[in-house]
Amino acid sequence: MDLQHTPTAALQNYSPELRVLLFDYTLQLADTSLILGHRLSEWCGHGPILEQDLAMANIALDLIGETRSLYQYAAELEGKGRTEDDLAYLREAVEYKNPLLVEQPNGDFADTVMRQFIFDGFHFFLLKDLQNSPDPGLAGIAAKSFKEASYHLKWSSEWIIRLGDGTEESKRRIEKALSNLWRYSGELFAMTQTEKQLAQASFIPEYSALQPQWEAHVAKVFAEATLEVPQNVFMQKGGKTGLHTEHLGYLLTELQYLQRAYPGLEW
Amino acid sequence: MNQQKEWPLWEVFIRSKQGLDHKHVGSLHASDAEMAIQNARDVYTRRMEGVSIWVVESKHVHASNPDEAAAFFDPATDKVYRHPTFYEVPAEIKNM
Amino acid sequence: METIIDKSLEELFEEKIANEIRIEPKDWMPEQYRKTLVRQISQHAHSEIVGMLPEGNWITRAPSLKRKAILLSKVQDEAGHGLYLYSAAETLGTSRDQMIADLHSGKAKYSSIFNYPTLSWADIGAIGWLVDGAAIMNQVPLIRTSYGPYARAMVRVCKEESFHQRQGFEIMMTLCNGAPAQKKMAQEAFNRWWWPTLMMFGPKDSESPNTEQSMRWKIKRFTNDELRQRFVDMMVPQAEFLGLTVPDKDLTWNEAKNGYDFGDVDWEEFWNVVKGNGPCNKDRLSTRVKAHEEGAWVREAALAHAQKRAQREAEKQA
Repeated sequence: MDLQHTPTAALQNYSPELRVLLFDYTLQLADTSLILGHRLSEWCGHGPILEQDLAMANIALDLIGETRSLYQYAAELEGKGRTEDDLAYLREAVEYKNPLLVEQPNGDFADTVMRQFIFDGFHFFLLKDLQNSPDPGLAGIAAKSFKEASYHLKWSSEWIIRLGDGTEESKRRIEKALSNLWRYSGELFAMTQTEKQLAQASFIPEYSALQPQWEAHVAKVFAEATLEVPQNVFMQKGGKTGLHTEHLGYLLTELQYLQRAYPGLEW
Repeated sequence: MNQQKEWPLWEVFIRSKQGLDHKHVGSLHASDAEMAIQNARDVYTRRMEGVSIWVVESKHVHASNPDEAAAFFDPATDKVYRHPTFYEVPAEIKNM
Repeated sequence: METIIDKSLEELFEEKIANEIRIEPKDWMPEQYRKTLVRQISQHAHSEIVGMLPEGNWITRAPSLKRKAILLSKVQDEAGHGLYLYSAAETLGTSRDQMIADLHSGKAKYSSIFNYPTLSWADIGAIGWLVDGAAIMNQVPLIRTSYGPYARAMVRVCKEESFHQRQGFEIMMTLCNGAPAQKKMAQEAFNRWWWPTLMMFGPKDSESPNTEQSMRWKIKRFTNDELRQRFVDMMVPQAEFLGLTVPDKDLTWNEAKNGYDFGDVDWEEFWNVVKGNGPCNKDRLSTRVKAHEEGAWVREAALAHAQKRAQREAEKQA
């Protein structure tokens, strides 16, 4: 292994400011994967058919795996001795940086598929680019997760098509899910200060470059699904800067319960 | 449409590594072939069991009849001359 | 004439059983053998599926990201096991839909153990260690069961199952070596799960009507009481290692039989839970029914889409 390019070696050359930026960003990615993975894991045992129960659990496991790598890396960037679990279990909702989309409740299968589809496309194009980041830590995690995200996108795209071009009922449900969730899609591409600075330094892509690719994929899938791409929708934002919907608090209460009830113990 | 209708049953065959045959591992339900392959991936290769997947809708598998097993397979039992061990090779002869 | 043919088929079947030759789906088999298998395999599959619920209950509350991933993958494995087993049963000519309908109507049973609640994180440890331990004991002999597809499914199940018990034991060990509150949690979970786990081996041999025929057909390989005894002998030293007290005042080592004597299971509780009066019977079943009913439109949509697509393909060809 080329020691010059290991994540740890790279960190030595970073300014404190850059480390903070990378820490914030890595944390945001980790929070996003965790919250979505957590939501998907709520399906386990309740899926519409056994085969899809397994499929959703696989996606959740990929996301939780990605979460752990990201938190571990974030902890390293921070250098204050916090662990992956400290970061996941001991932060308040306002400190979480995930976009609003991923914290939305599972709803019915159509809501879950739509949430997943909107996110998967973003995740896919982001990771595709992030593999080439000059930061070896992010690049390494992105390379591994990109393969997983490719599969996720295939899964959710095909379900969008099945539900859109399935029965009358499935069409009605997926359209309802679309009108519920589309307003959270804009935040994925709206860059925070952290993201802008990292993009300027070429550590991460400009999201304005990702968006057309994402839109093209959405348009292609929606066309096959006989769904209309919504126009002129007011986009909700805030999650990435800690202003969440009310759903996140409940999710974290559940997720963090044991660590909060018995502080400082090993499990 | 029939409310009770199940997704069709598919037989799954997995190649565990390059160079080996696809082997039957079980079955599953899926609405179409593409989904059957993906379901097979999610159900039968969670522990690195495969590098390639075949699926065949179960109704397309035709099998020999077990009642005819004797007629089908017993006639091969007395053709011992098909096997190399049937022949004697002098010990001096190598590489045969 | 027909009876003569049937008899020779039956003799052939019995011969295979005697010679440890597996029975395969298209082979002739006595109707009762088929029925017994469908009952046992589907019951086993249902147990895996219902068994996802008590543990699934803690996925969202797992105390670390590592535990969360492990638990989710374990519960997912159970879905996989249910699927392998339904597939094995389907080779006998019963559809999965039919089996699920029988589960939902209460006609088919599942393991009673899953009708107990998981009240603390330690229950997840106790289930892995005790319940999966008992399941493995029940299941390993089934690798040699006489029906081929069932035996093959069990090979896969057992291979995957081996991590389940270990992760449970590891949770218990972490708790028992942890803070007093954790140790207390572990002992309480042990107290709750010990007796129900012993019930998992089924009624006493003297009261198990199906055992004799199943043994003769080599569907079953050991009696309920034999397996229960083995389980106790295996688990008591493990509990001692963890520093847990077995909640049985009658438990004593019997040198003569080289095993433990232990107290009698509360059979009244056992039959009550079997009859549907366990603490969670109603919840478990209604949760399954709800998931299945709420999934109906999804299954229909996928099928409708596949039909539309096939039709379009056909039109393109024409």
